[in-house]
Amino acid sequence: MPFKIIASQCSGCSACELECPNVAISEKGGTFVIDPKKCTECIGHFDEPQCVAVCPVDNTCVVDTSLPRYQARA
Amino acid sequence: MDVSALDEASLAGSAVDIGETMQAIAEHKGCGTSGGTGNASCGSQAGQGDLPTEIWEKVKNHPCYSEEAHHHYARMHVAVAPACNIQCNYCNRKYDCANESRPGVVSEKLTPEQAAKKVLAVASTIPQMTVLGIAGPGDPLANPEKTFKTFELVAKAAPDIKLCLSTNGLMLPDHVDTIARFKIDHVTITINMVQPEIGAKIYPWIFYNHKRYTGLEAAKILNDRQLQGLEMLTERGILCKINSVMIPGINDQHLVEVNKAVKSRGAFLHNIMPLIAAPEHGTVLGLNGQRAPTAQELKALQDLCEGETNMMRHCRQCRADAVGLLGEDRSAEFTTEKIMAMDVKYDLKMRKAYQAKVEEERVAKVAAEQEELAELGNEMSGVKLLVAVATKGSGLINEHFGHAKEFQVYELSTTGAKFVGHRRVDHYCRGGYGEEESLATIIRAINDCHAAFVAKIGGCPKSNLLKAGIEPVDQYAHEFIEKSAIAWFKSYLVKVQSGEIQHVERGEAAIRQGALISAA
Repeated sequence: MPFKIIASQCSGCSACELECPNVAISEKGGTFVIDPKKCTECIGHFDEPQCVAVCPVDNTCVVDTSLPRYQARA
Repeated sequence: MDVSALDEASLAGSAVDIGETMQAIAEHKGCGTSGGTGNASCGSQAGQGDLPTEIWEKVKNHPCYSEEAHHHYARMHVAVAPACNIQCNYCNRKYDCANESRPGVVSEKLTPEQAAKKVLAVASTIPQMTVLGIAGPGDPLANPEKTFKTFELVAKAAPDIKLCLSTNGLMLPDHVDTIARFKIDHVTITINMVQPEIGAKIYPWIFYNHKRYTGLEAAKILNDRQLQGLEMLTERGILCKINSVMIPGINDQHLVEVNKAVKSRGAFLHNIMPLIAAPEHGTVLGLNGQRAPTAQELKALQDLCEGETNMMRHCRQCRADAVGLLGEDRSAEFTTEKIMAMDVKYDLKMRKAYQAKVEEERVAKVAAEQEELAELGNEMSGVKLLVAVATKGSGLINEHFGHAKEFQVYELSTTGAKFVGHRRVDHYCRGGYGEEESLATIIRAINDCHAAFVAKIGGCPKSNLLKAGIEPVDQYAHEFIEKSAIAWFKSYLVKVQSGEIQHVERGEAAIRQGALISAA
């Protein structure tokens, strides 16, 4: 779990939505949101979280510290 | 991706065309390298000149690929491709302002269906709109589904409109076959370097194969993919324009190398554009205080590269949702809300009739220029100078000084009048508010010109121009630009020869950086 998108920084470019292997990202009111239930931090898919790697605005896709990490979920 | 709309017969037909065009391009390579100023007739500069007919047919009504066409024909971009896969230090995607005119900025994103409706609405309102381009605001090939879906819908609904796309090239090799299949016969690739050391100063990172690359590695992958994509396109007979952003101290001298690299791979046209960077844009270069080139530096580099390949000098660095002639932006007339409410009927006959009239106008313009030029034929003089022209299009001096949002710049010599650039200005006449300041800005923008050709000019700006050493010329109002400029140049030479005036060189001119104030 997960990553979240800081809405005030999101440019709404949709790059993360196109890259997310879990289809966890969708548009909501012009910016994008990550469904924490679907986010796997890209573990098992890629070496790095795709939303973080492709996002044009630094520190916009960040770990949601209010929720446990994906590995701890099982 | 559904490409069933393209039937077998048309695919077979296009394969034959491509073969012929490739041959034509191969024969055409080297244009301009053989002789002095011969390039003025070549490619983007004037009319067909020495271009093979197959290529002329492709570019003659594409305002970006033919300088002459850009006075008459309009283009539009649809913003269906918001995602990007690289980061450029001159780009900031977060900033979006309706008054901002530069690539990467748009007011609203469109779905492919909305985009197709918009194309039909614009085509019906502006019959001289002949080209649909997809240029972002991100990278079209980072959004391939939306990009090609849009092309598919438009090709079906408006088959006479040329399709065109502009990319950073990172994903280009993967899509070349699709591009050819969709009959997209104009592709622009932005190439700012052919050396990773320079690339690393321009691109902080790229996203490729699910991984973020930085530094030299990123620049190397990007450049390899760009050049590979360029080669693959030219092999298929697709015309390629290379855009390069000129960044003083970073890649300005290096662009000569870029020019050679793209020319040897069959690029049709090279467009060297001045960096747009101001701190308020929030770009890395803008915040670092990176300066833009002056108009002289830009022209000198373009002149240097011109011996090698055709140079585009009429680029307005437009937004990814621009609509209209290159010097104007009518996108405000075609917001999603407005187009969805429009009842659009696509009338191909009306468009063809209008375009036939435009063609008549073009022929008359060229004939008038040739006639005037013939009389200049006997003159011998080394004098070469620039003049600024206020125009609303059609190749006429038809704009008032006070209403001009840009001036087109022509270089005059005994070989004729050659378009060498344009200068954006805020129009002077705003009902008395801030006029002194905007007049000074206009003079700075055309300070390298000897004269300003206008349809009309008020007494106050007239005397200020004279004081600045720029002759206001309104005697050719509503006449053809080139013909009038050559006629004026003839009388200028006579005055110089008789000693009535002395020919002096002009100073530097500034390239406008700030936001374009919309006239709407």
